[in-house]
Amino acid sequence: MNLAISATTIGAQHYFILGAILFTIGATGLLLRRNAIVMFMCVELMLNAVNLTFVTFAKALNDSAGQAAVFFTLIVAAAEVAVGLAIIVAIFRRRQGATADDIDLMKG
Amino acid sequence: MQRFLDLVWVIPALPALGAVIVLLFGKRIGEPKAGYIATATIGTSFVWSVFTFFALQSQHGEGRHHVYNLWKWFAGTGDFHVNFGFLVDPLSVTMILFVTGIGTLIHLYSVGYMHGDPRYSRFFAYLNLFAASMLVLVLGSSFLMTFMGWEGVGLCSYLLISFWFEKNSAAVAGKKAFVTNRVGDFGFMLGMFLIFSKFGTLDYVRFGSHEALTGVSHTTVTAMALLLFVGAMGKSAQVPLHIWLPDAMEGPTPVSALIHAATMVTAGVFLVSRAHAFFDFSAIGNGIHAGTVVAWVGAITALGAATVAIRQNDIKRVLAYSTLSQLGYMFLACGVGAYTAGLFHMVTHAFFKALLFLGSGSVIHGMHHEQDMRKMGGLRKFMPITGATFIIGWLAIAGVPPFAGFWSKDEILAKAFFSGGAQGKALWAVGMLAALLTAFYMTRQVWMVFFGNERFRDSLADDHGHDGHDDANAQGDPHESPITMTLPLLVLGALSIVGGFLSLPFTKPNLEFLARWLEPSLEGAKDIHPGAFTSGFLLSVGAVVVGIIGIAIGFTVYKRGLPDDGVDPVETKLGPLANVLENAYFFDIGLAKFVSGPATKFATFLAEGIDRKTIDGAVNGVGRTVKEAGDGLRRMQTGLVRNYALGIVAGVAMLIAYMWTRAI
Amino acid sequence: MNPVLFAVLNTELEKPRIDWPIIAPVVALFVTALVIVLLRAILRTQPKLVYQLSIAAAFVGLVTSGAFVGNEWRIIHRSGIFQTFSGAIAVDGMTVFVQAIVLIATALGVLLALGYLRREGLETPEYLVLLLLSATGMLVMAHANDLVLVFVALEVFSIALYILAAFDRRRAESQEAGLKYFVLGAFSSAIFLYGIALTYGATGSTSLTEIATQLGVVDPKAHTGLLVAGFALLIVGLGFKVSAAPFHMWTPDVYEGSPTPVTAFMASATKVAAFAAFLRIFAGAFAQASDDWRPAIYVLAVLSLLVGTIAAAIQSDVKRMLAYSSIAHAGYILIGLQVANAGSKRNELPGTAASLFYLLVYALMALGAFGVVQSINHRGETNHAITDYKQLSKRQPLLAALLTLFLLAQAGVPFTGGFIAKLSIFRSAVDAGQYQLAIAGMLAAVIGAFVYLRLVVTMYATGQDDDPDAANEPRIKLDVGSRIALTITASAIIVLGVLPNWFLDIAHQATQLLTR
Repeated sequence: MNLAISATTIGAQHYFILGAILFTIGATGLLLRRNAIVMFMCVELMLNAVNLTFVTFAKALNDSAGQAAVFFTLIVAAAEVAVGLAIIVAIFRRRQGATADDIDLMKG
Repeated sequence: MQRFLDLVWVIPALPALGAVIVLLFGKRIGEPKAGYIATATIGTSFVWSVFTFFALQSQHGEGRHHVYNLWKWFAGTGDFHVNFGFLVDPLSVTMILFVTGIGTLIHLYSVGYMHGDPRYSRFFAYLNLFAASMLVLVLGSSFLMTFMGWEGVGLCSYLLISFWFEKNSAAVAGKKAFVTNRVGDFGFMLGMFLIFSKFGTLDYVRFGSHEALTGVSHTTVTAMALLLFVGAMGKSAQVPLHIWLPDAMEGPTPVSALIHAATMVTAGVFLVSRAHAFFDFSAIGNGIHAGTVVAWVGAITALGAATVAIRQNDIKRVLAYSTLSQLGYMFLACGVGAYTAGLFHMVTHAFFKALLFLGSGSVIHGMHHEQDMRKMGGLRKFMPITGATFIIGWLAIAGVPPFAGFWSKDEILAKAFFSGGAQGKALWAVGMLAALLTAFYMTRQVWMVFFGNERFRDSLADDHGHDGHDDANAQGDPHESPITMTLPLLVLGALSIVGGFLSLPFTKPNLEFLARWLEPSLEGAKDIHPGAFTSGFLLSVGAVVVGIIGIAIGFTVYKRGLPDDGVDPVETKLGPLANVLENAYFFDIGLAKFVSGPATKFATFLAEGIDRKTIDGAVNGVGRTVKEAGDGLRRMQTGLVRNYALGIVAGVAMLIAYMWTRAI
Repeated sequence: MNPVLFAVLNTELEKPRIDWPIIAPVVALFVTALVIVLLRAILRTQPKLVYQLSIAAAFVGLVTSGAFVGNEWRIIHRSGIFQTFSGAIAVDGMTVFVQAIVLIATALGVLLALGYLRREGLETPEYLVLLLLSATGMLVMAHANDLVLVFVALEVFSIALYILAAFDRRRAESQEAGLKYFVLGAFSSAIFLYGIALTYGATGSTSLTEIATQLGVVDPKAHTGLLVAGFALLIVGLGFKVSAAPFHMWTPDVYEGSPTPVTAFMASATKVAAFAAFLRIFAGAFAQASDDWRPAIYVLAVLSLLVGTIAAAIQSDVKRMLAYSSIAHAGYILIGLQVANAGSKRNELPGTAASLFYLLVYALMALGAFGVVQSINHRGETNHAITDYKQLSKRQPLLAALLTLFLLAQAGVPFTGGFIAKLSIFRSAVDAGQYQLAIAGMLAAVIGAFVYLRLVVTMYATGQDDDPDAANEPRIKLDVGSRIALTITASAIIVLGVLPNWFLDIAHQATQLLTR
């Protein structure tokens, strides 16, 4: 795949690079943010970056499987949201605040 | 009769069964009975072994090499499979006879010795388990089976050394033995893998003689032989892996006798003999000869340990170093290709060393757990049977004809002498020197313990009553041990006298019974030509003279026991000895000077310089490295989710970076 | 109307044939889980009854599912291996082997959980529902022949496990375990998914069969950065699930904090399912590109052995120690994966078969060890420091003996399954010419022996500061479930050590039947 960026046309490679950038932003956010909910949102961002990549490839390859994969990802992401928020909320109830750095009972 | 060859599995199974019974029901069975059950199982094994011996003897030619596969233990597809099989041949039958025979005596002895111990039945379970593992070791039909037994005896040895783990020294000694043995085991494992990768099998049948190994380079076979020898060095406590054995004496005395003198430590000699094809093949090639390494390691151990033994004061430590020294002899013999001589010495050594250890145990028992020889003396009056049998053991190990040790040691020295070249002569000379020292330190021990002045009164007075040992003898005098302990002493004493007749160095009429018997197992081993009769005879005379000189020196130094101040003359340095010079013991003092000077220093160096600093340092070093690495990992494990995510990202970066190099 | 849409609507869509016998095991478990949820909704007033019924239902479901798995094995033997559902599902020996282990682990997991839930006051049907759903995901994982299906299966069992890890709401540790597992699990899943996307972009398909064909055509030297980056990210995602270093860091915390029967299930079944995917994707589909991924697995294996063994050696908590040792076990299995189909002159026991056998043995060892730990724990998950195990042989001789057996098996002592498993792994490595890996494994086994023996010695040693009344402490009364589960695991481990042939054969057959 030719990744050279041309000034005039926006092609598959641009979407691919955008996806990669979004994915990296998500990963970096997870590493840097302390709030558990924001960390979780970063994961969602990563998943959506992957979705973008899937669609890009589907278009470039002229193959519908990539688009189908997006639906599975969306469903899985929804399930993750439900479960993840439940866990985070349960922890909120116990302690005041959602700072992940406070959660270190077990280590070593 | 024939059926016994197929029923050979009963021999290890019986003590294994005994171990299970005693372990499960030991408490309920109660004290003496548990011991007798254990003794009965190993005793039955001995009887069974005798029948197996006759069954094998009735065979001829190929029939003397009988493999019986109990079941296919591990079968892949294709030609790889590991049978749970036993190999009955003269070598293994010799081993089982003496393992079960001596094992039975030591079980019986323990019935008395362990009397009153809170973990009485546990002890017998371990002892039985040990016997079962040892029997699997020697009866196994492949390296893998032997290795299983090998690990089993290692485990039992560890459990038994630290049997009195309330004593910190015992727990430490157990650990030390475990670590050192793992080093050896690792060599053994590597050797096995190398053999398997080259030959695709581990069955002994495949490695009957060195012709079977053609097609593989000499270097490779030498590597295999040396790796196996590393394993043997660990188990048989050869320099530099010898360090665990003297400390292993922290275990109960029957353990020292059974495991750390008579049987387990000979496993290395057995392995070298079993794998003799590799050593023989390596001898054919040019370059390093594995046997040379074996012989010199043996010689160094024999001499080094003998010098150390001179300055030990603990009755069991003297014997421990002596065991090292004698094992060195056996490896010396195997190294020059005289496997029969090595195995012969292994058998006779088992007799007299078990005798000496059990005798020392009887002394310790009678002295209410006193082990310091400086606090003994004159004991033969109080313990006549122990004294008399110990003296037999002493004569045997010192090489006085016609006791057992003379014949086997003489054969080793003669074979070394005739093995060719200057090296043979050098090995012989080292052996002779070690023999001199052996005679000396054993004489020292016998005189310090059984003759001379009675030095135990003071120490017993304050000690007695604290050792928790329930005893009728209120005066605190030493006392003879019960019959269960003295009976094995008497049997072993008798064997130490006549054991040498197993193989006499006369070819006309042919009295080399053991050599002829073992021949089928050692096919293709080098035949060492014994030289002319007169030179052989002169060598024997020389060996006897050396032994007698050693005894004479010991006698003159210690004939009155220790001087009143309780200082051992050997330890006394030059200055204080000046007074004694006037007493016309000039010869004594000259020797004592030599011994207390360089020899003592050398001994100290061996005992402490190498042991404590270098090797303990290395062992601790490994431990510390693991600890520090672990602490490092622990610091990384902060408990914070973000840090863990960072770990994952680091892994991603690593993989991507690597993959990038693939893509370009 | 848009002509394109019109054309699409008029095309007869190729409908995938539903191959019921093949997905019957999955359906059986899933339906059972749904039935329990319904029971819960219908009989709202009688929670006790619902719980009893759901236990019964769970076992019926597991047994039915097991019977269907047996039927699958029969089908394979009759008509060979095949693919169905448009190639998304593979039916082969490995599927059946892995499904069998998962079902056994689940059944034992349920048995172990019953007494625990009663002790901790957590007796709710939801536990069983989640366990069954998680197992459903694992069964699908064993089938999955399409990367998207692998992802879905992975998420199905993971999401259920996130909740199970946090199941004990009263304990902060359990919640913390759930949160850590969830955040890191979601993170690694996203990475895994990106790996799928990249592989899809590079090969044009998510079907493993088509990827394999594609890789067979392309010159291995001309692999694009897209493809190899995809490999790397897939390794990360699966490496996380099998807790291979350096993706292992969640393992000790999550294993320690989760309710112990969950830990037992997680340690055994999850690892089996994740390794099934690992084997199918890398040893199967990516076999042609093995020069690319093999060195990476090599590093992962060595790191896991190193980290798992060394960190286990300094732990002061039994659950954490077992967690680290499970990392080391992952290292051994990775050795098997590394040499999965390496060229060998005597390719009699390929790494794949060795790995499968190891997984079987490992699952039993882990279930057994955690099962004992769970019985020794006090209410509220306390009493699992190593110091709490002092003199255990006096206080609880039976449990001490059982734990000793499981630890010795993990150390690889002869006559236990652990020995044969390690031996098979080393052998396959030696056969493949990977001597360094075999030696690394052996070294780790040597250090590992210390780890396990340390605990054994703690249980059996006595010292001056001992409690003289230790022997009089009341014996723990094991509940029926634990008793059955521990009996089964202990005897299976011995049987696997003494008569492993049959199982090794099955493992070997299973890999011969692997679809490519």
